[in-house]
Amino acid sequence: MISREDVANLAKLARIDMSDDELDHLASELSVILDAVARVQEVANSDVPPTSHPIPMTNVFRIDENRSSLSPEDALSGAPASEGQRFKVPQILGEE
Amino acid sequence: MEMSQLLNNGEISSVDLTKAHLERIDEVDGQVKAFLHVDREGALAQARLVDTKRKSGEKLSPLAGVPLALKDVMTQRGIPTTCGSKMLEGWRPPYDSTVVTRLRSSDVVILGKTNCDEFAMGSSTENSAYFPTRNPWDLTRIPGGSGGGSSASLAAYEAPLAIGTDTGGSIRQPAAVTGTVGVKPTYGGVSRYGLVAFSSSLDQAGPCARTVLDAAYLHEAIAGHDPLDSTSINAPVPPIVAAAKDGNVKGMKIGVIKELQGDGYQPGVLKLFNQSLEELAKLGAEIVEVSCKYFDYALAAYYLIAPSECSSNLARFDAMRYGLRIGEGSAEEVMNSTRSAGFGKEVKRRIILGTYALSSGYYDAYYGSAQKVRTLISQDFKDAFEKADVLVSPTAPTTAFKIGEKSNDPIAMYLNDIATIPTNLAGVCGMSLPSGLAEEDGLPAGFQIMAGAMKDDRLYKVGAALESALTKKWGGGILEKAPKLVAK
Repeated sequence: MISREDVANLAKLARIDMSDDELDHLASELSVILDAVARVQEVANSDVPPTSHPIPMTNVFRIDENRSSLSPEDALSGAPASEGQRFKVPQILGEE
Repeated sequence: MEMSQLLNNGEISSVDLTKAHLERIDEVDGQVKAFLHVDREGALAQARLVDTKRKSGEKLSPLAGVPLALKDVMTQRGIPTTCGSKMLEGWRPPYDSTVVTRLRSSDVVILGKTNCDEFAMGSSTENSAYFPTRNPWDLTRIPGGSGGGSSASLAAYEAPLAIGTDTGGSIRQPAAVTGTVGVKPTYGGVSRYGLVAFSSSLDQAGPCARTVLDAAYLHEAIAGHDPLDSTSINAPVPPIVAAAKDGNVKGMKIGVIKELQGDGYQPGVLKLFNQSLEELAKLGAEIVEVSCKYFDYALAAYYLIAPSECSSNLARFDAMRYGLRIGEGSAEEVMNSTRSAGFGKEVKRRIILGTYALSSGYYDAYYGSAQKVRTLISQDFKDAFEKADVLVSPTAPTTAFKIGEKSNDPIAMYLNDIATIPTNLAGVCGMSLPSGLAEEDGLPAGFQIMAGAMKDDRLYKVGAALESALTKKWGGGILEKAPKLVAK
């Protein structure tokens, strides 16, 4: 079971404002979905290794050399706000 | 490939071909709604360029001058890329995805961007923030999803080729319900650079077309190692086009997966599946039954893994560097209100589900267990591929359902992908091609072929064989039986 308060907390963690309606709706929907997906626990025994990726992953390195990249204009082209060659963002740190 | 020949013989120019498709879009897209953006000028400019190259005698790729529709989750420099979301409305990416770069070097003409479920999350294209796309076979029905726009554009003859992306079936299920061909390549076979990430360990771009051979040419054009994608496989591309031309299944072992039929599958869809098996047997293939007992858990594992990865991937939409920004106050307040306004219902549902599955105290029980199921499913595939060269099943359990029919029942919607999801979890490859029209409703159904990692050529060998047998039986391609769309 997942409560309305649980959903409110998850929404806060996920940085999404939610209306009371949305919270009520999601709490009941998520309970149904979680019931359905919880069956993975039936076969997930301790002797089964987890798989995070379908193919063997190795670190990929490249030679450390200069090469072309996005221009500052291109990088800022989609920014909601910018100033000079910088992204302009709302205040991140508190007053003190 | 007919178009390619006409272009090569000088019987038609790429400009004329492109104009014809743009006109068709003008005529029918008001009804089908496959496109979010049509790039008239860009397409015609590209077509003119190819015509000039051809006139000067330059050696061109088989796809040179052929138009294509691009799913709107792929970046194309300067062209709006929304992912079907309000979050990216009006965003014009400053770079090309590798798939686009490769299409350009093959001189393909990109017509525009096709509609999809928001951030590719869905099975019906109803989750697009803009409008639902309609199935050209019956405009009251869904075209599948998430890549419903790409498949619908093919079935409506608005484009001869399209690019899709497949995280749990988003290329194959739309292909099945629109009577077209779609392939999810081996994970790592086609670069993900410039594909807006939904679930990074599952996402894979691939070709959509009206025939197996067309899909093969497109697949070969976009496949291969890319240093810009660290998960791209550094190995030669399998001989896909050669396999599609060969189409000989004599002596091949074809494994029918016991768990992917029966309950929940429409009888007419199963009947077509069995008839397709008979055709393959007549061509000399050996049909064997295989069991993949953990496939029953694939859907549950998928709906933990995909939301978990999506909750992390979509954290990038923070209203700071690109995309929507709404509200005032601190950065956190702006993020909260932007993400509230910018994401739709299904995306929010999956972000919250993923955040839950990854949170401390629940991680082992949910995400951790799902990762173990993933191991078991890969093992199932490995065992099955020891008994058979390819595995087969119906692509989707039913034909296209009505728009709105399942939109309030997430679980019923998720069940659409029950047969396509195992492939993504194991990173192997899969194809859907038409198996015929179901007797209940006269709508197309799909036949799915699956092969091991980097054995994509086998899909094309079997697909070409079945396609050729079935079109002989039908007296033509399946789309010739579709109702004619006319301008309104």
